[in-house]
Amino acid sequence: MDIIRIATAGSVDDGKSTLIGRLLYETNSVPKDRLEAIDAASKRRGVGFLDLSLLTDGLIAEREQGITIDVAHVYFNTPSRKYIIADTPGHFEYTRNMVTGASRASVSIILIDARNGVVEQTARHYFISALLCVPEVIVCVNKMDLVGYAQARFDDVVADFKRIADRIRPEGQTIRYLPVASLHGDNVTRRSGQLSWYHGPALLELLEQAEAHHPRQFSARLGVQTVIRPRAGHNDSALHDYRGYAGRISSGSFAVGDEIVALPSAEHSHIVAIDKFGQQHERAEAGESITLRLADNIDISRGGLISHTADVPAPCKEVRAHVCWLDHQVLTPGKTHVLQHGVNRVRAKTIAIHGVINVVTQDITHSPPQLKLNEIGTATFKLSAPIFADTYSVNPANGAFILIDEWTNNTVGVGFIEPMPPPIPPADEAFGSGV
Amino acid sequence: MLQTIDITPVTVHPHPTVIAPSHAATAALSHATRARFPRELEDEAVYILREAAAQFERPAILFSGGKDSIVVTHLAVKAFQPSKSPFPLLHVDTGHNFSETLSYRDWLVKSLDLQLIVRKVQDSIDAGRVREETGKYASRNVLQTVTLLDAIEELKFDACIGGARRDEEKARAKERIFSVRNDFGQWDASRQRPELFDMLNGRISPGENVRVFPISNWTELDVWTYIQEEQLPLPSIYFTHERDVFDRDGLVWADSAFIHKTPDERPYRAHVRFRTVGDMTCTAAVKSDAGTLDDVIGEIRAAEISERGARIDDKRSEAAMEKRKRDGYF
Repeated sequence: MDIIRIATAGSVDDGKSTLIGRLLYETNSVPKDRLEAIDAASKRRGVGFLDLSLLTDGLIAEREQGITIDVAHVYFNTPSRKYIIADTPGHFEYTRNMVTGASRASVSIILIDARNGVVEQTARHYFISALLCVPEVIVCVNKMDLVGYAQARFDDVVADFKRIADRIRPEGQTIRYLPVASLHGDNVTRRSGQLSWYHGPALLELLEQAEAHHPRQFSARLGVQTVIRPRAGHNDSALHDYRGYAGRISSGSFAVGDEIVALPSAEHSHIVAIDKFGQQHERAEAGESITLRLADNIDISRGGLISHTADVPAPCKEVRAHVCWLDHQVLTPGKTHVLQHGVNRVRAKTIAIHGVINVVTQDITHSPPQLKLNEIGTATFKLSAPIFADTYSVNPANGAFILIDEWTNNTVGVGFIEPMPPPIPPADEAFGSGV
Repeated sequence: MLQTIDITPVTVHPHPTVIAPSHAATAALSHATRARFPRELEDEAVYILREAAAQFERPAILFSGGKDSIVVTHLAVKAFQPSKSPFPLLHVDTGHNFSETLSYRDWLVKSLDLQLIVRKVQDSIDAGRVREETGKYASRNVLQTVTLLDAIEELKFDACIGGARRDEEKARAKERIFSVRNDFGQWDASRQRPELFDMLNGRISPGENVRVFPISNWTELDVWTYIQEEQLPLPSIYFTHERDVFDRDGLVWADSAFIHKTPDERPYRAHVRFRTVGDMTCTAAVKSDAGTLDDVIGEIRAAEISERGARIDDKRSEAAMEKRKRDGYF
């Protein structure tokens, strides 16, 4: 059974919480006692109907304000799939939560209030979906009931959205548009008679069809989490010599017999066995937690990377990346952090902050003195040891890193690796050094 | 007395209070009725457990005898095969446990060759660390937090692995996989680290520790489906059995010496099972004839009451769980 991870974002009052609530309600994912509790709470707050948005409101502080903050995980199932929704607030101050929530999503649902159309929030949400290369974006133009279910209005909103998206859409991302009215259930799980001019699928149908596994073939990458060596204390000599490299395949696939390279030592070997939970397998795919046994005892430990000989990631001692800052303490040139790429950790010194991006207009402010909480910019870091990463847009699973503050231990930034710009050629010596 | 129980590997026959799934029954299931388990959840849990072992000095599994901690224990065995699971099991014994839970616990550690450490709430009470609750709703559920925190400090655990899931309760919906707790075991919403992609940041300062939740993304149904597909034996109280119960607040309570009944609360005999297992003072039963895993799963799918709805401790206030997490409860 496949798992589909969905990121939802939308402005306050766009009806996002109600949309999610309705998805849960109509797939029979809400137990009776929770429905009763919501009914009671709705009455207490003076709301005249069953307020399904209460299903996703969580922590005490928020309950009083009636707004969702942070990343809330909501689960529902259909007979064919398991869904995990990472719901985050729409307010601009919570860019960090949106980036966090969307980081594992294969689908991003962006809500627009039909009355207001595309607003700053919308551009922000889409920018993040584009930055993260979320494979599928579903734009729900909500509250269609409040604009008379008018097709003209829907078409206008879609046109406005396309103007933003066309500028920055990453290759391979699909965007779909649908009119919904989450309050009344129009087009959420079922088509609606009110929207008879719309001939596409309802939201749940789209979700049921979304690609669970990326159709593209990615380079094979496995980050070693631990080396399994039962060693001493075993009478079984086979176990005594057992040496397995355990980790989760980030991308691509491995098969018994594959020629591999272990990094950083750059030693070559080939796979003799793929062990998984006591059984041997001929091959394993991205996402599987396995243990590889190799023909040779090579030098590789936690943090190392195994890839195919024909497709080795280049060592990066310097990385350039789009960075989203997640912490109150700002990023400034010269600052050092722990950089974690997969399970591998190195030290990173900030060489330069090249620019801050206005996520709404995509204008860049060059060479800012700092990068602040919720800002997205571009920066270059110098590393204490090389990492073996791919450009994020080429292989997302091996192209991101987090920055950790060495004193507070907080996760303060996330980076999406960009290709390094080509080196500037040296000035022609014939011209000399001065004029 | 505080004691660590050492279990030497022995061949153990299943205890009568352990119910192992009947192979015949499972095989007879048709495809239509068989729930399917999303295997990616298992891969994710194993990845998290391997990270817990690598990033922390002294991690341990918090074991309650409930189905979630049983699943976590099995996942930990799988994650490091053919080496042994590196995590000891810590059981905070409230003293009000179902006897079936304790028997099961002892059987499980013997059969999987695991280290078990027990710390008792009674000892905390005797040492004056906590005071016994009184009255009709008296339970040791809140007290166990103190015993837990004392045990963590005594045994110097820097990471405690538990079976909590995000779908269980509102306050858990936003919980991290690695949840950082301060010196007092307290959870502070504003201090939780963002978790991006599947990268886990377990860096801590001395005195801090982390709660690890490998099955965060599993729903109750996922847990049951996994148990069924893996044929994991469970304590018998998860299946129908006859027992003395009484009605209180619209729920069915197990009658025991640990509960203060009022004169009008009369026990009667009924066929019940437990959907969630706290201890006897904080778990309500469900009237049921479900004797097999398939029956139990069938009932859950049709379930009217959510799993934690049967947990009396959660009813005390709408934000009960969050308050207890802030106090250091797992």
